[in-house]
Amino acid sequence: MLVFTLASVSLLLVIGIGLYYKSAPIIHQLSWGTLITSTVWKPLKGLFGFFPFIMGTLWVTGIAIIIALPLCLLTALYIVEYAPVRIKRILTPFVNLLSGIPPVIFGVWGVLFIIPLIQIYIAPHFVEFSTGYSVLAGGIVLAVMIFPLIVSIISEVLRTIPQELKDASLALGATKWETIKKVILRKALPGIVAATVLAISRAFGETIAVLMVCGNNAAVPHSVFDPGYPLPALIANNYGEMLSIPSYDSALMFAALLLFIIILLFNIISRVILTRLERRLAG
Amino acid sequence: MTKTPHISVQHLNVHIGAQHILKDININIPDKKVTSIIGPSGCGKTTLLKSFNRLWDNTADVKITGKVLVDGEDIYDPNAEVTHIRKKMGLLSQRPYPLPMSIYDNVAYGPRIHGIRKKQDLDQLVEEQLKATGLWNEVKDRLNASATRLSIGQQQRLCLARGLAVGPEIILGDESTSALDPVSTAIIEDLFISLKEKYSIVLVTHILRQARRVSDYIIFVYMGKIIEFGPTEEVLLNPKEELTKEYVKGYIS
Repeated sequence: MLVFTLASVSLLLVIGIGLYYKSAPIIHQLSWGTLITSTVWKPLKGLFGFFPFIMGTLWVTGIAIIIALPLCLLTALYIVEYAPVRIKRILTPFVNLLSGIPPVIFGVWGVLFIIPLIQIYIAPHFVEFSTGYSVLAGGIVLAVMIFPLIVSIISEVLRTIPQELKDASLALGATKWETIKKVILRKALPGIVAATVLAISRAFGETIAVLMVCGNNAAVPHSVFDPGYPLPALIANNYGEMLSIPSYDSALMFAALLLFIIILLFNIISRVILTRLERRLAG
Repeated sequence: MTKTPHISVQHLNVHIGAQHILKDININIPDKKVTSIIGPSGCGKTTLLKSFNRLWDNTADVKITGKVLVDGEDIYDPNAEVTHIRKKMGLLSQRPYPLPMSIYDNVAYGPRIHGIRKKQDLDQLVEEQLKATGLWNEVKDRLNASATRLSIGQQQRLCLARGLAVGPEIILGDESTSALDPVSTAIIEDLFISLKEKYSIVLVTHILRQARRVSDYIIFVYMGKIIEFGPTEEVLLNPKEELTKEYVKGYIS
């Protein structure tokens, strides 16, 4: 068992090294600093600036979490604390069903419904013109996709809170809502953070559905109605094509390496935060 | 019983699912006394206790009929306000369940909910209740530490202080010492005895010795019915009913 565990851990290392090895040419050519901070993406001229893609990834993921988290929290609270048994029995499989739908279907749904919705109904209130293909569209589609994951984790966490603890608060004359706000959510906070972290990790890497609705324009988005171009979309769109351009495949490998590093860093940081949080709550 | 009862239960029936847990309960709980509910496990002791402050409200499948009058007010009246009823009663559960916050905030939680905001008033209340439960000297230097860091006996006293802080009239104890060591148990029992000057206390226990040590009156419940009710010595030493006799002698448990 130990061997297998070590093997799976070392796999992470192997992937990391592999990606680095493959992207080494472009790093030597342009240096880390330039690659990450430059906004110019002109592969034909040998200019590879990844800043727009990094920002695209962050925008889409950020929007997705901002939309999904409150909805998921309320849904989980409803399912666990309020819903009658019958409704609970119907709701839970439905939420789980969402996670079984292939991403490409979410992408199509995004193109058919979300894009026109943004283009015709939402964007005109805020900006002069938008095609609808935007980081907002990507965020909405992604929010729906991570919804079941967050709901099921938070529900699980809420279910572990002992009835006696809720009773203790209720017995003091607190209303149910006060109990939820001050006791249940507080007790569930580490779990909620963990759910968010997992969802963000998943959102970072989501490719196909986001790629279909994001607009894929290599510029830094300045508003939610601007198109964006997240890293996974860049790789998926271009890998296997245009390899005649010098250093292009190396640049795509660098995109993968960047994504890998972002997710790794994010997980490490969130683990630290989670441990601190748990320690603080435990005393 | 000379005084007017504090809680008066009339024709109380509790069904959970298809099970008839409590069958036509009629009882008057005396004011400013310790009353213990005894009986074998599964007989409905805790169900009875929980029906006093409507803690069944949020459980599905529970059907309650009959009346529970507290200070003459029927708590199951559709117009009765549940938070107001619960505020009148402090609940001390089997194991301590401190709220996920500091020692200070645990005690201040109830008063804050009921609208006390001034730091000065809260400080005073917290100190008062922690002194009443004998915790003050043990925790006064670490009021902002998390409550889960206390020993389990201290936690249970903290839970008692938390309940007292909302100014209840009645204390409900649901086998409150069953998770505690003998020393902490003795402290809690002594607290109950001293607290009856100000509060009416209803305890659920399955330890006859404890019932004898702390209570003035005893209710014996068996299979969802009240078999016998009377002063402690009478019920334990000279029971009228055959079932009570068998229970106190240890034949049924």
